[in-house]
Amino acid sequence: MITVLIEKCSGCGVCIKSCPFSAIKIKDKELIIDLEKCNFCGACVEICPLSAIEIKREEIKRDLSAYKNVWVFAEQKKGIVQPVVYELLGKGRELADSLGVQLWAVLLGNNIKDVCRDLIASGADKVLAAEDELLENYLDEPYTQVLVDLIEKHKPEIVLTGATTIGRALISRVAVKIGAGLTADCTGLEIDLKDKILLQTRPAFGGNIMATIITPNHRPQMSTVRHKVMKEAQIDNTRSGEVELINYNGKLSSRTKLIDVIDEVGKSVNLTEADVVVSGGYGLGKPENFKIIEGLAEVLDAAVGASRSAVDNGWIPYAHQVGQTGRTVCPKLYIACGISGQIQHLVGMQSSDVIVAINRDSEAPIFKVATYGIVGDLFEVIPLLTKRLNEILKKARV
Amino acid sequence: MKVIVCIKQVPDTTNVKIDPETNTLIREGVESIINPFDTYAIEEGLRIKERLDGVEVIALTMGPPQAEEALREAISLGVDRAVLLSDRKFAGSDTWATSYALSKAIEKIGDYGLIICGKQAIDGDTAQVGPGISSWLDLPQAAYVRHIEKLSRDKATVERMTEEGYDVIEIPFPAVFTVVKEINEPRFPSLKGKMRAKRAEIEVWSAADVGLDESCVGLNNSPTRVVKIFTPPVREKGMILEGDISENVDKLTDLIRDVLIG
Repeated sequence: MITVLIEKCSGCGVCIKSCPFSAIKIKDKELIIDLEKCNFCGACVEICPLSAIEIKREEIKRDLSAYKNVWVFAEQKKGIVQPVVYELLGKGRELADSLGVQLWAVLLGNNIKDVCRDLIASGADKVLAAEDELLENYLDEPYTQVLVDLIEKHKPEIVLTGATTIGRALISRVAVKIGAGLTADCTGLEIDLKDKILLQTRPAFGGNIMATIITPNHRPQMSTVRHKVMKEAQIDNTRSGEVELINYNGKLSSRTKLIDVIDEVGKSVNLTEADVVVSGGYGLGKPENFKIIEGLAEVLDAAVGASRSAVDNGWIPYAHQVGQTGRTVCPKLYIACGISGQIQHLVGMQSSDVIVAINRDSEAPIFKVATYGIVGDLFEVIPLLTKRLNEILKKARV
Repeated sequence: MKVIVCIKQVPDTTNVKIDPETNTLIREGVESIINPFDTYAIEEGLRIKERLDGVEVIALTMGPPQAEEALREAISLGVDRAVLLSDRKFAGSDTWATSYALSKAIEKIGDYGLIICGKQAIDGDTAQVGPGISSWLDLPQAAYVRHIEKLSRDKATVERMTEEGYDVIEIPFPAVFTVVKEINEPRFPSLKGKMRAKRAEIEVWSAADVGLDESCVGLNNSPTRVVKIFTPPVREKGMILEGDISENVDKLTDLIRDVLIG
C-alpha cells in the first residue's frame, strides 16, 4: 500500500511531476494519490526530499538458498549459436564471478555437441546440451518442456536469454510454468552485493524512462537482454569446462508443426545483430531511391533500416522498420537519411552508440539525438559520402 | 467459435514529452489509446469472423474503470462483445500476475477457439503477456504472427516473424497468437459501429467474478518489483554541419572512419 505521511509532507509538489502515471495531485493543500492510477512504481518515493511517501509491501519470505548458479540460454539456429549468446556469456561470467558461483550455458538442439566447446571458451563452466529431433528448430512447447525440466532439476538463481523473437516467446512461457519473475529487454544487469540479488534495468514508456526491477522472493530471476548492449565474452580456448549431454529420446511433444523456415533477405535485414545500420525515411520520396541507402549500406557492411512512413508507403518491407511499431536496434553506428525523427522512430534507435543524421531541414528532431549531422539534400550528400567512404575503407582494408 | 482479443489501454507514448527543467515525463494532456499492436489484433479477429461462419469476437481488457473507453472503441470497429476485468486487487500486477488474471477471465468466457494479442504494449514493451496467457491455459502459441495463410475452425497455418525472415507453422485450435503490424491494416469505425458502441453494455468482472486465486495478483504477489525509476541520461549535443556539402562530407567521412576503425 502507498501512503503519504502528512506530517512530513511540505506540499512542494516534486512528486507530482515525477509520477509517470499522473496519479498524484494536491487538493486542499493535501497530497492525494489516486489509487486507480498508481502503479506503485516508487518514482515519488525516490524523489521526495522529505521521505514523506511510503510504499509498504507484505513480504512473503521464502527460503531461496537451494538456487545457485547463473544460466545463459544458448539460442541456436541451424546449429549456429546466435551472436547475442556471446554477449550474455560475457555478462553472465561477470555476474557469476561477483556471486562466486558457476556460469552454465543451456543449449537445445539436435547434433549440437560440436558447439559446446565454443560456449566453454566464451566463459561457461558447464554446458547442458539437450538433444532431440524436436529441438532441432525452435518450437515453443518442446523448448518450454526442456527448460522447465532442467530449471526444476538444477535450480539456477539467474537465467539470461536474448530478447530475440524466440527468447521472448519462450521464456515468458517458462516463467509462468515455474512461477519465476521475468524482466524484459534489459539493458543493464548487476548484482546488489548486499542482498545478492539481480538488479535489472530496462527502458519503459518507449525509452522515456528507465526502471530498475528486482525479483526478491522468487527464483530463478529471469531476464531477456537487448542485443548489442552487453560486451561479448572474451574467447579463451584454453578454458576447460564440463559438457553434460541429455537425450530426450522422444519424450517431448509439440502440437504446433514447423513446416518451413524462410530466410527472407539474408544478411541485409538482420537489423538487431548489425554493427552498422543505414536507414531511409520519407525524404527518399519514392521506393527506387532506397538504392542509394543500399549502396551506402553495402560499403559499410550495414543492415538497411527504414522509418514507419517509408514502410507505410510500401517502399520497403516491414521487416526493415525501426521504431516503436518495428524493431529496436542499438548498433555501434546508426545513419538516418531523410528521417525527420518522430519520437516513434527515436525510441527504436536512440540508444545506438553513434548516430549520424542527414536531413534537409535543420530543425528536424533527428538532429537532437545525432552525434554528427549534415544539413543538406540527401541525394547530394549520400552518393558523395558513399564514394568517399568506399575509397577510405578500401585503403584501410588493404 | 469464440475469438477473444486481449487489448490494453495505454498512454500515447508518442506524444509524451520531457520537461526540460526537471527532466521528467509530462503526462498532462496525454491521450489514452488502444495499444497500437492490439488494433491489429482486433482487426485480425474481425477478419477471421469474415472468413469463417459462426465466429463471435470478444474484446477483453484488464485495467481501471476508464479502460471501458478502449472497449467501446473496439465495439465501434465491429467487436461483438466486450469484457472489462477491473478490481483494485489487480493494481501493481506484473506480467506474470496479469497473464494469470486474463487467463481466468478467458476461462470464464469459455468455448474459445483463438486468443489474439498484440505482440507487445507500447508502455511496457515486454511482449510477455501473450505467451504468459498461453502458458497459464496450456495452449499452443504462435508469437509474432505476420500472416494467417490457411484457416479452418480447428487449425491454421501461419507465418511467424523471425529476425531473418519467417517460419511457417501449423497450429491446432484452441491457440494463442500474438500479432505484428504487418498482418493487416486496421479498419476505421463505421457510423453504425459508433452508435452501437455508445449504447453497448460493457460487462465488468471483478477478481471474485472470475474465481481467481487472490494470492496470485496485485502488487504483493507479483514476482517482479520496480525499485527505481529514472530518466535516461540525455545525449550530448552533437556536431551538426551546415554549409558546403563537399567539405562537410569530407569531415563526416573522417568521423565515420574513426567510429569504424578507431
